Amino acid sequence: MPKSEYYGAGFPYREVGKLPGKLIVLEGSDGVGRSTQTHLLRKWLEDEGFAVSDTGLRRSEMTQQGIEEARKGHTLSRITMSLFYATDFADRLENQIIPALQAGFIVLSDRYFYSIMARDIVRGADSDWARQLYGFALKPDLVFYLKANVTDLVTRLIHGRGLNYWEAGMDISPSDNLYDSFIDYQSKMITLFDQYAKEYDFITVNAGRPVMDVFSDLQNHIRQFLEDQQPVIEEAF
Amino acid sequence: MLRKNTTPGKLIVVEGIDGSGKSTQIDLLHKWLQTQGRSVYFSEWNSSALVKSTTKLAKKGKLFTPTTFSLLQCTDFADRWENRIFPLLKAGVIVLADRYAFTAFGRDVARGVDREWVRNLYSFALQPDIALYFRVPLDVAVDRITSARAKLKYYEAGMDLDLSESRIESFKLFQERILNEYDLMVNEFNLTVIDGNLSVQAQQRLVREIVKKELEGWKGLPLPESSPYTPIKSGTVHGKGNA
Repeated sequence: MPKSEYYGAGFPYREVGKLPGKLIVLEGSDGVGRSTQTHLLRKWLEDEGFAVSDTGLRRSEMTQQGIEEARKGHTLSRITMSLFYATDFADRLENQIIPALQAGFIVLSDRYFYSIMARDIVRGADSDWARQLYGFALKPDLVFYLKANVTDLVTRLIHGRGLNYWEAGMDISPSDNLYDSFIDYQSKMITLFDQYAKEYDFITVNAGRPVMDVFSDLQNHIRQFLEDQQPVIEEAF
Repeated sequence: MLRKNTTPGKLIVVEGIDGSGKSTQIDLLHKWLQTQGRSVYFSEWNSSALVKSTTKLAKKGKLFTPTTFSLLQCTDFADRWENRIFPLLKAGVIVLADRYAFTAFGRDVARGVDREWVRNLYSFALQPDIALYFRVPLDVAVDRITSARAKLKYYEAGMDLDLSESRIESFKLFQERILNEYDLMVNEFNLTVIDGNLSVQAQQRLVREIVKKELEGWKGLPLPESSPYTPIKSGTVHGKGNA
């Protein structure tokens, strides 16, 4: 059972100790199918007998309402928005994710701080500042990067839930329409994800394929990972 | 290290532990500068309307950890910084702040967050032109606070740190840690120490001297009308941080 590891100072005021659970993150663009895969994975892992907990951005009990209100009013300036989201992330990490990992759960996280950081940086945040800010972030056991090109994303979204203001980066766009803005914004995001994939050792999965193909890839990786983690002692029973 | 203020405005901040008398001093300074016909804006710690409901919820439910406490207060500061303080400095206004990043460097580190981490958090802020640190002995500050208030609040007393069962005892231990952090910051951030044991009037005399020196030969944003006694409407330049 490995000791918890962080990207920076972590939480110096508390002893997190060993975490018997596993943290699995799904990263990737808006509309890439992360939540569909999260649902499938959860069902599968539970069928396999694992206790699973899932989490996503803006789901902290503390900040959810405040962030929603601020987004509605479009009153969030750049640094303020970065910090509000960081608060949300920290709250979920300390109050949901870590306790679940301590209790031995597999935690499926629909996005992690990499997405938040990418959004901040596309909006002009200083990249060193953002990296240090997330020095409290726990290093996940597995990070999957569901990668699709912008054309795939547009196709899916237009035939799905539609293009929306934030996913198109309209708040920072000089463009007069959601489509151009979406292409520009998501392309920038993909460039950053590609960069993070190397920096943070993401497992890149081609998400421009049918749902079940993608799922099957994820399953294989996770199965392999869990087998590698399995202590040999179990065979003695 | 914070970046130097190269805006046409002037940034003046007061710091000190609870009960150090800093708010009284900045209030007097504020009124004096207005009387001088200066364009002044006052901003108070933890006063942004944007995070107010979140702070309230978290305090009520005791949901804060040292990290989220630090992050949410910085969110509050960032909102005031991006929408009020920084633009007004750009416009050439004198911005007065009752507590600044140094408060976070004191309190958050006293709560146990990493020193470097919290310094990075606030690195978008500028080094004030004047940073006054009102230093008082711990006992004096604690007496002032406990006699003025019915009951210390949970986070105010640092109860989340489990230092003591007693709120007053916990408050003392918490403030003592903060005091130590402030003392370390005097050199690091070039804080001007004001002896908080002096009379209010004597302190204000010192404050005004320091400010006068800083403003010598400096123009800043003029008032709309030439009369130095034109009251500034709240909600324009003058007004509380949450206006």
